[in-house]
Amino acid sequence: MVAATPVEGTQDRRPMSVGQRLSRRFFAILGLGGLAGVVAAWSAGLVRFLFPRILYEPPMNFVAGDPDAYRSGEVETRWQKDHRVWVVREGEELYALIAQCTHLGCTPTWFADEQLFKCPCHGSNFTRAGDPVAGPAPSPLYRASVQRGMDGQLQVNKAISENRPGPRDAAPFVLRLKSGQRGERSA
Amino acid sequence: MMENEEPPKERVVKPQEALEGIEAGKGFQERLIHKVTSSELWRSVIRHGSPALRRNRALTVISNFFLHLHPLSIPRRALAFAHTWCMGGITFLLFLVLTVSGVLLMFYYVPEVGRAYEDMKDLQFAVSFGMLMRNLHRWSAHAMVVAVILHMMRVFYSGAYKPPRQFNWVIGVSLLVLTLLLSFTGYLLPWDQLSLWAITVGANMAGATPLVGYQGPFHELLGARVDNDVRFLLLGGTLVGQNALLRFYVLHCIVLPLVAVLGMAIHFWRVRKDGGISKPL
Repeated sequence: MVAATPVEGTQDRRPMSVGQRLSRRFFAILGLGGLAGVVAAWSAGLVRFLFPRILYEPPMNFVAGDPDAYRSGEVETRWQKDHRVWVVREGEELYALIAQCTHLGCTPTWFADEQLFKCPCHGSNFTRAGDPVAGPAPSPLYRASVQRGMDGQLQVNKAISENRPGPRDAAPFVLRLKSGQRGERSA
Repeated sequence: MMENEEPPKERVVKPQEALEGIEAGKGFQERLIHKVTSSELWRSVIRHGSPALRRNRALTVISNFFLHLHPLSIPRRALAFAHTWCMGGITFLLFLVLTVSGVLLMFYYVPEVGRAYEDMKDLQFAVSFGMLMRNLHRWSAHAMVVAVILHMMRVFYSGAYKPPRQFNWVIGVSLLVLTLLLSFTGYLLPWDQLSLWAITVGANMAGATPLVGYQGPFHELLGARVDNDVRFLLLGGTLVGQNALLRFYVLHCIVLPLVAVLGMAIHFWRVRKDGGISKPL
């Protein structure tokens, strides 16, 4: 390339040296590239900013009293308001259902006379085991992890959950109680 | 009209001279008007002369910020009510009503989980004209959604989406989505059972977004979980709580209205640039 060739599109009629042209191009790339980098960094920072690092939400685990005190064949709903969990005892087995409809997340209500959980939002029904029997819910209710603590109290942890038949019917989603404990039906 | 200084036998009076004659009149009213309109304060705000002249009437429109959005001329047939149903204008009017009533509601409403519902109830029962303001906001919001959809139908049926107005249709659809988002975010603010579960359901739908929602298809490809997906971003948490209420409040009162105003400015401006509103078919 000859140094005297004018650069296309420039207003300046004087021929520019190679050094001048390189210099302009270099600074244009440097400036635009730097600007793009700053914008990208700020955008990434903005996105990260919008994801909170600390949540002031109710804890996922709680102590649900003496596991042997639950009565077989009944659905205990007293934890629903604060912890969104139902504790169910079937004979020697005890599990904790997470009271959250698998359709779109509303809280179903337990109807003891019909032995069904019914969701008020779109009408899904679930059995006591958590299986959907009516409505749009696509999958069973989740069961939370249940364990007996060092003090013998029932510890429920919603952070560990399972709803597939099979895995949900084994530890830690089902707690096996010793036979002959109080609360069990005498018949 | 005051007598002019000019000889009465001269029949032809140029408009400018006629005005000067009025300004130099002897009546108190004319002298007062002349004094006010010739002051520096007045002339710094109002750039045009009396709209008695045709040229000044045009200047009135051109030099006024609010009037300059209007087209210089409109085909008479395009003004027919049956052609537009006035739905675009009604939508904009409702947006203005919502802005004013919404700002007034903000004086009494605190987006805090312990207060929001109580503040809403106070607005209904303890604040003078609070019920009026809240219902004005609520019904205008419902009406705006209806008006936007009717406006869209009108544009569709009158073929006003066709070239050269294609891109304004796109902007209009964006404004429709913004209207629905404003409705959605406003729905949570009363913080009652209806709003809580409606937003729970709506947010869980967002959680089913492909790739970026924790319940959506292919969510495992990007590692979307309940505490890092798009639903989490929307709610500021894993459930509808304080963060969600605050986010929806800020979106509803600041972010979405600002974006909507920008969109509307472009929308109205393009109506002019694309040749005014479409003529009846």
